[in-house]
Amino acid sequence: MVHPILKLVAQRIALGLVLLWAASVLIFIGTQILPGDVAQSILGQSATPVSLANLRAELGLNDPPLTRYMIWASGVLHGDLGHALTNGQDIADAMGKRLGNTLFLAFWAAVISIPLAVSLGLLAVRYRGRWPDKLISTVTLATVSVPEFLLGYILVYVLSVKFRLLPSLATINDGMSFGDKLYAISLPVLVLVLVVLGHMMRMTRAAILNVMQSPYIETAELKGLRPIAVIARHAFPNAIAPVVNVVMLNLAYLVVGVVVVEVVFVYPGMGQYLVDHVAKRDVPVVQACGLVFAAIYIGLNIVADVVSILANPRLRHPK
Amino acid sequence: MTRIPLAALIGLVLTSAYFLAAVFAGFIAPYGMAEIAGDSWEPWSSTHLLGTDSIGRDLLSRMIYGGRTTIFVATAATILSFSIGCSLGFLAAVKGGWVDQGLSRWVDLMMSIPSLISALVVLSVLPVTLPVLILVMGLLDATRVFRLSRAVAVDITVMDYVEAARLRGERQGWIIFREILPNALSPLVAEMGLRFIFMVLFISTLSFLGLGVQPPLADWGGIVKENKEGIVYGIPAALVPAVAISTLAISVNLVADWILNRTSSLKGGRG
Repeated sequence: MVHPILKLVAQRIALGLVLLWAASVLIFIGTQILPGDVAQSILGQSATPVSLANLRAELGLNDPPLTRYMIWASGVLHGDLGHALTNGQDIADAMGKRLGNTLFLAFWAAVISIPLAVSLGLLAVRYRGRWPDKLISTVTLATVSVPEFLLGYILVYVLSVKFRLLPSLATINDGMSFGDKLYAISLPVLVLVLVVLGHMMRMTRAAILNVMQSPYIETAELKGLRPIAVIARHAFPNAIAPVVNVVMLNLAYLVVGVVVVEVVFVYPGMGQYLVDHVAKRDVPVVQACGLVFAAIYIGLNIVADVVSILANPRLRHPK
Repeated sequence: MTRIPLAALIGLVLTSAYFLAAVFAGFIAPYGMAEIAGDSWEPWSSTHLLGTDSIGRDLLSRMIYGGRTTIFVATAATILSFSIGCSLGFLAAVKGGWVDQGLSRWVDLMMSIPSLISALVVLSVLPVTLPVLILVMGLLDATRVFRLSRAVAVDITVMDYVEAARLRGERQGWIIFREILPNALSPLVAEMGLRFIFMVLFISTLSFLGLGVQPPLADWGGIVKENKEGIVYGIPAALVPAVAISTLAISVNLVADWILNRTSSLKGGRG
């Protein structure tokens, strides 16, 4: 007999793949079949009928939608994302390095923010209702209420213009050493950390507080354990599933935050690439970027589901 | 009328101030929206309370007119997303069966792509005008409202009074609007505040990326975009919208919290 946990995990992954496929259809519909003509919007209102017809033929817009989708999807499955309309570059080539840069940025933001958010959440629960809790809550409410790009400019204004501590632009290239790269991305990482920290810490706090109401916590308190030990040893392990969910949700949120933050700091990543080409109405690039972002987002959600299945002892040790 | 707590009062006063400034922008603003009133990036002074922007327009006037655009777009999108989200959410809860399944799976699918990414994908082919922006933002956000209103309504449809209404032969419309809606109002109103703030952040982000409100129309995100070059020279003009957006966000949050607390203390009553 197959272990039930394997079955559950396989189900989740299969569901994720179906979702990814449906998302690709949705992205395709969003750009190709919506009212309005791609060729028209690329060339603008003043386009001549001949150039419109040429572009339509070049884009394959005269084929039925289903055929166009099949061509696009089979290309994607073979690693061919098509060519950019604006400069004819191969999209997969152009995207490869940028994707690496974006993941580099998101990785460091995650490495710093996850442990920080979880420990701040624990701390807030330990001093629930007292000043450390209130302080953490107020500061995180403030960072959550300001959009990412403004947070970025505030930090640039204070840290790189007034105090001249950190670089205001995150330009990186291959020739830079690892340390130089880290220094270059310090501000964008800081912005991303602040943005997700608030959400993550608040949700962690709520998840642990939820567990703190269970009777066994009272038992642990009554037998005289120190409060921090009660939280760390009794409450936290039981809150792992929701906390992991929170972390993954926020990593997924990071994917979106990255788009804006990259524009602020002129960082050569996926977000910048996407925004540039939306403005230029370069549909193949937008489709490819949208698909990659959707894949990352859906992937993180699958990981969250799988981890919360694994974290549940009742599923790990079936009767 | 019970006493309004201080925090909620502050929130209420600030929120109404922003809305009034938005409505009466034409009377309050000292200069015209696109009027060039001085040199570029003049410092704060008595003639230009917040200084001037990158091409010499009065920043305070830009902020007031910008607030009008931002608040108008956010309000319209919120209303749209609630009309669609709530009606479909309630419908799914009342009908159940394949209607519920179909709508819920569709929403799952829409939510599997982050809304900023969806908006960017769609805006790459649609013309960027105010109605299109409102429509895109409203439709994308309706998915979140759908989830909440469905969850709330599912709890209500199993109540005895809904059963009673069904048995006395009331129609679907009556059950949705006369039985469920009044009882679902308090969480929905609180959520409305949060969604409104989300919309303000959303439209500001789009405008900042150059894909939202188009110049010469002012809006808070656009003001950041227009003045961002100044930051490197130590000119804080681009940070002014930060103050506006965050105070608006916090004050609306305070009001929403108060509404939620006030009505939930009445055990889900009509308040």
